Amino acid sequence: MPALNEEHAVGDVVDELRAFDPDLDVLVVDDGSTDRTALVAEQHGARVVRLPFNLGIGGAMQTGFRYAFQAGFDAAVQVDGDGQHDPAELSKLLVPLQEDRADIVVGSRFAGERSYRAPFFRRLGIALFARTISLIARQRVTDTTSGFRAINRRGIALFAADYPHDYPEVEATVMVVRHALRLLEVPVAMRDRAAGRSSITASQSVYYMAKVLLAIFVGLFRRNVVPLKEDQ
Amino acid sequence: MTPLVVSIAGAIASAVLLLVVFELIRSRRLRERYALLWLLTGVVMLVLSIWRGGLNTIAGWVGITGYPPAVFFAVGLLFTIVVLLHYSMVISKLGDQNTILAQRLALLENALRERDQLEP
Repeated sequence: MPALNEEHAVGDVVDELRAFDPDLDVLVVDDGSTDRTALVAEQHGARVVRLPFNLGIGGAMQTGFRYAFQAGFDAAVQVDGDGQHDPAELSKLLVPLQEDRADIVVGSRFAGERSYRAPFFRRLGIALFARTISLIARQRVTDTTSGFRAINRRGIALFAADYPHDYPEVEATVMVVRHALRLLEVPVAMRDRAAGRSSITASQSVYYMAKVLLAIFVGLFRRNVVPLKEDQ
Repeated sequence: MTPLVVSIAGAIASAVLLLVVFELIRSRRLRERYALLWLLTGVVMLVLSIWRGGLNTIAGWVGITGYPPAVFFAVGLLFTIVVLLHYSMVISKLGDQNTILAQRLALLENALRERDQLEP
C-alpha cells in the first residue's frame, strides 16, 4: 500500500485489511510523508517501509514489489492508502489468481453497474486510455488507472525488475500485455476518499496525459525487460 | 521570405532531434519525464521550418523585417534555455536527495556498529 500523507486514512485501511484476513502481510510504503503516516500505520499493525524522500507512486509501488519478491510471496495486492478501495472486495481479486485464470487482476470502477463519477476531464482521460489499451491488449479494458490490483509471482518478478515512474498504472498495463501476462478485470465499487485529497492537480493532468500517451506509444516499440530470476 | 535551403536544413535538423530523442526513450536511456521538453522543442522547430509563411508572420510581429529565420534561432535558443533551466532544477533536487541518502546511510552504519558492539 503506497501512502503519501495519509495519516487520517491509513489506519482504517490497515484495520480493514487485517479484519478481512488477520494473516495478511500488510506493507505500507511511506513515500516520504511529512505527517504521521508511518507511525499510524505501524500502530495499526502494518509493516512500514519509509522511503528517505518522495519517489513518486511508481517508485513506492516498486519498493513493495521488491519486498514481495524478496519475501517469496506468491501474490501481492496493491491498495490505495486513502481508503477508496474496499478491502472486503479483496477476494474478488485474489480468487482468479488462486485459480490461475490470470496473472494480474484489476479492480475496475467501470466494469460493473455502479458507476463511479469522476470529474469530466479525468473521465475523458480515463476513457481515452481505456480505448487505447483495449486496442493494444486486444481485449476490453475499462479501467487502466485503477490502483486496486492483484498480481501473482510472475507479475511480481516483472514489476520488481521494472516498474514505470510518475503515473504508472497505464504503462504497467502495457508492460503486462507486452510480456503476455493474462490480464483480468473484475468490477469493484469505489468509496469516496475517506480523508485527504487526490494527489493529482489540474495542471498535472496535462503533463499526465502527455507523458502517459508518450509512454504508451514508446512502450510498444521497447525491448522487454528481463523479470527478476528466483536466485537473485 | 526564408530561403528554401534554410527551411529544409531546419526541418531535417528538427526531425533528427525527434528521432534521436525517441530512440533514447525506446532504449531506456532517457525517461519520458525528461524527454517531453525535448520533444516539444523538436516539434516547434519542425513546425517553424515547414510552415514558412508562419515564420514570416511571427517575424513581422516581433519586428524582425530583414531576415525571418532569425525567429527560428531565437525560438531555438529560448527552448535551449528552458531545457537547461529545467536541468538545473533537476540537478538541485538530485543533490538534495543525494545528501539525504548519504546522511541516512552513515547514520544506519553507525546504528549497526553500535548494535554489534552492544551484543557481540
